Amino acid sequence: MTSGRPQRERVILAHRRGARVIRTRVEIQEQTQVGDALVRGLVRAQLGLALRLAAVALSAVAAIPLLMGAFPELTEVPVFGIRLNWLMLAVLAYLVLYGVGRLYVRLAEQAERDFVRVVDGEP
Amino acid sequence: MTGAPLTAAALLAAALATIGIGFYGIRLSRTTSDFLVASRSIGPQWNAAAVSGEYLSAASFLGVAGLIAKYGADALWYPVGFTAGYLGLLLFVAAPLRRSGAYTVPDFAEFRLGSARLRKVAMLVVVVICVFYLVPQYQGAGLALKTLLGVPVWIGPLVVGGIVITNVVAGGMRSITFVQAFQYWLKLTAIAIPALALVGLFFTDGGELGGPMPPTVRQDTTVAIETDVVVHVAEPAGIRVTGRLDGGPVDAAPIPSAGEHTLGAGSTLTLAAGAATPVVAGTPGAGTDWIASGGGLGGSHPLYQVLSIIVATFLGTMGLPHVLVRFYTNPDGRVARRTALAVIALLSLFYLFPTLLGVFSRLYVPQLLITGTADAAVLLAPGAAIGGAAGQLLAALVAAGAIAAFLATSSGLLVSIAGALATDVLRGRVRDFRIAAVIGGLVPIPLSLIVSGLELSRSVGLAFAVAASTLCPLLVLGIWWRGLTAIGAACGLAVGGLASGTAVTLAIAGAVDDQALGGWPAIMIGYPAAISVPLAFATMIVVSRLTRTAVPPDVAQIFARMHVPERLGMGIERVPRG
Repeated sequence: MTSGRPQRERVILAHRRGARVIRTRVEIQEQTQVGDALVRGLVRAQLGLALRLAAVALSAVAAIPLLMGAFPELTEVPVFGIRLNWLMLAVLAYLVLYGVGRLYVRLAEQAERDFVRVVDGEP
Repeated sequence: MTGAPLTAAALLAAALATIGIGFYGIRLSRTTSDFLVASRSIGPQWNAAAVSGEYLSAASFLGVAGLIAKYGADALWYPVGFTAGYLGLLLFVAAPLRRSGAYTVPDFAEFRLGSARLRKVAMLVVVVICVFYLVPQYQGAGLALKTLLGVPVWIGPLVVGGIVITNVVAGGMRSITFVQAFQYWLKLTAIAIPALALVGLFFTDGGELGGPMPPTVRQDTTVAIETDVVVHVAEPAGIRVTGRLDGGPVDAAPIPSAGEHTLGAGSTLTLAAGAATPVVAGTPGAGTDWIASGGGLGGSHPLYQVLSIIVATFLGTMGLPHVLVRFYTNPDGRVARRTALAVIALLSLFYLFPTLLGVFSRLYVPQLLITGTADAAVLLAPGAAIGGAAGQLLAALVAAGAIAAFLATSSGLLVSIAGALATDVLRGRVRDFRIAAVIGGLVPIPLSLIVSGLELSRSVGLAFAVAASTLCPLLVLGIWWRGLTAIGAACGLAVGGLASGTAVTLAIAGAVDDQALGGWPAIMIGYPAAISVPLAFATMIVVSRLTRTAVPPDVAQIFARMHVPERLGMGIERVPRG
């Protein structure tokens, strides 16, 4: 930079998007280093997401027996005429499972869209 | 039984509807792909209903209510675990499994690890799990038909086997998809209406569930004891025994004292109205014990029991071949995820009702707690509690639901057995699939008559334990860990399969005394998953590390195929050789 020589610039007429798409797709299909790195990133992201949400669901469900052990008098509190321990296991646990599942589907599809966007070279 | 003609008509209607809907699917079934995976064309709603219909076996339909009536709050873990299994399946297995393009679980093993020998091992495991699962279905059908119609016990397996073989042979996966989806809605109706009727009865009639005493009978009741049973009597007033009491012959004698007593086979027990019901020894008698958590499910070490049930059900679903194969019928990975999510919703809705039914059976039909045949709770409760024509109609509806449960699960299992045998032992043509279906459907019939029965949910729980210790680690490690080798996977399958399989065999044979060594051996054999699952995972990982040179060279390509969305055109659909 200090030598006074002007900085090199690449001049192109337009973004050759099509060519770039095909190149990245081929990179993934042929497992070049770039393609492999992209796939590894995707797998790691999806596994991390699945593990985190499994931990959330497990700790929520495991909290039930621990809570019951720690505060036995709490579980006898009736809510809508049903004891809390029954309400938690017979109703609440299912809502937790469905909620976590729904969140996962949304986030996993998001991660896949991001991946496709990177591969297809969109900004 | 006065309602027998009505019940028989309901059973016949359910069976005919099953065959009729199955024949609707036949017109669409031509290729091997139709028979194995319904040509991968099933959308999320149909597939979710079919998965739920297949999954809600008699263990759920009859067993869960029986367990809740008997053991109370801790039995609620079974349905929670059965549902949570689909969260595990959704998070770790659904989409990559579908994207692998495999058509059976053994085919996935070969796709992932490139070993024909491992494929054979996996095929063996699939067949063993399916037979372990199919035998209790046939037994349950025999018992149900005996309870409902008084026919000999071998009729049930023959009828269910015959219908299921017909459907699977005729239309394969295409046919049974429609059948199973229909059966989910039939089962939901058949359990929701009686459960809601009992709820209505509770609100008009009242009753005390959490009281200090065992439940009491409402009118004079006679109970026939068919096998020797040890019962706990809390309050002997109003109870008379004819037959054998504590080893000696008695005739209409009162029970001398509160405590545990043995009733011999062939005895009859007469309960006066208002008498406190004796309960099978080891189950909570007093309402206060029953309604509280932490009592376990019979035997010692309740915390270990609950933990093991959670492990077996949460991970076992991921290893059930007949459930996994349904995910191959989805068009792509994204739909497979949506199917799994919809299954969670459908199961959550369903399990509300066996819970209600179990609770109210305890209140209104407590005599079921004496004989230990709590599986019959669902079948008998509505008729016994409500009575009259309405009660008979409800009983007929429940009977139709029960037979649907046996048919749906059995047909899914048979498609899995037939798929694995046809493509791995035979040559994978449509004709081979049909031959395999006939063999796979017939062999468990004699088995179901020879082997003595455990309670339905217990024996199905054991099949879950085998699945969780074999196919679950194979899939989870295969999908997420590049280091897995064919030798490691085979060793893990062998160790997990032997550990859990031995435990199951010992448990069914009743070889271990409940009291030996503080109860630990018996409880570990009855609930093996908490030990055998970590053992199988550890074996796969350790042996794979030791043989790390054997990692398939194209593992990066395989991972890309399993995880990259279909839009990028990586996927290939595998088809059998035939």
